[in-house]
Amino acid sequence: MRVINSDDIYSKMKQVILEAGCNLPKDVEEAIEKAYKNETLDSAKEVLSQLLENSKLARESKLPLCQDTGVGIFFVEIGDEVKIQGEHISDVLTRAMVDAYREGYFRKSLCNPFSRKNTGDNTPAMIHYDLVKGDSLKVLFMAKGGGSENMSRCTMLAPAAGWEGIKEFVVKRVAESGPNPCPPIIVGVGIGGTFDYAPILAKKALFRPLGDRHPDEDIAKKEEELLDAINNLGIGPMGLGGKTTALGVKINVKECHIASLPVAVNIQCHSARYKEVIF
Amino acid sequence: MNTYKLKTPLTDEDILKLKAGDVVLISGIIYTARDAAHKRLIESINRGEELPFPIQGSVIYYVGPTPPPPGRPIGSAGPTTSYRMDPYAPTLYKLGLKASIGKGKRSDEVKKAMQEYKGVYLGATGGAGALLSQRIKDAKVLAYEDLGPEAVRELVVEDFPTLVINDVYGGELYVKPKL
Repeated sequence: MRVINSDDIYSKMKQVILEAGCNLPKDVEEAIEKAYKNETLDSAKEVLSQLLENSKLARESKLPLCQDTGVGIFFVEIGDEVKIQGEHISDVLTRAMVDAYREGYFRKSLCNPFSRKNTGDNTPAMIHYDLVKGDSLKVLFMAKGGGSENMSRCTMLAPAAGWEGIKEFVVKRVAESGPNPCPPIIVGVGIGGTFDYAPILAKKALFRPLGDRHPDEDIAKKEEELLDAINNLGIGPMGLGGKTTALGVKINVKECHIASLPVAVNIQCHSARYKEVIF
Repeated sequence: MNTYKLKTPLTDEDILKLKAGDVVLISGIIYTARDAAHKRLIESINRGEELPFPIQGSVIYYVGPTPPPPGRPIGSAGPTTSYRMDPYAPTLYKLGLKASIGKGKRSDEVKKAMQEYKGVYLGATGGAGALLSQRIKDAKVLAYEDLGPEAVRELVVEDFPTLVINDVYGGELYVKPKL
């Protein structure tokens, strides 16, 4: 059994969450720089240059990249040979998030769904667990904004719809979202599983770096096909037109019931704040 | 496309010269309100109560800023998605609201109200909250403090950069997706 002290998880995760709010990941920043060079429309170039300037300012001044510092989402993969000593892992992750959001002057964005009363400390964190084999602990963290999350959808297609049906659903979703989710966006697509599993696949797809090519060549080509179709919509940065509606499309796939074809689209704004920590 | 420097409160004359695509740099006092604050504003109107700020000629910024770090008037402060305020916006335009600032599409009802009551919808760059906050020189909570980030704030802005998305003539800047 490998023992990991909960204090170590707390300090590392608090630091990572603080960084996430103010530091745009390198792959995302590079994709925006590339898009800036590729755009010819003045309005598209202007938006992208503001985003690059914003990223630099946030990194240097420690002001959050976006006022929507988001819901704190964790995906935890915990090995069956790991024992966490001290505080319960859910409590540690929550405490790391709460303290980071307070110390970093991040916005507290969660409320009761009926009274809409703010919980005041960004709780609860949304924590997912996977029990895996081995002695490592992996924690993925994402600060997910509400504007792009609101544009996300899940559907249960008939198997006859096939790839063409999936493609139509995804591209139409992006088209209908238009300027709302802060394009250029990143599109996470979950295909298969069940009604509950497909959105998890889609969300996890958003943790794949933009440069990551799917190991399955057929799926990698489908990701490129969707990215082309989405960028051909011409929505462009902030909906003002241009070549860059999406910076990337990532598809995660799982087998499904013979009667079903679940498809989920999780939209991520350009302020894609995600981190991976392996203990 | 023109660039206009406008000072609040705005007049009909200010609004009538604006066309979709124009750049508008706003200076003066603007007010923040988003989902929960809009609900309360409309409830106040329905009860016949006075609003926490003068609505005639006003500009409302759809934003829920991050808390101010030491030495700054406000934290990060970019626009939120505007459609969520669509159920409330026509009533406010009718009472004299001249411009709302946000991001994303508006409903036909809001566009109609803007044409009827001479108002515009301005877009600011979503996700550029750190950068936009540099144009905010002062901020104070005016009402609904219990709403936290959703409280109504009075902001003093200097050349706050916006684009005219919807004008009074039915013009719109957003492109229609080529499906």
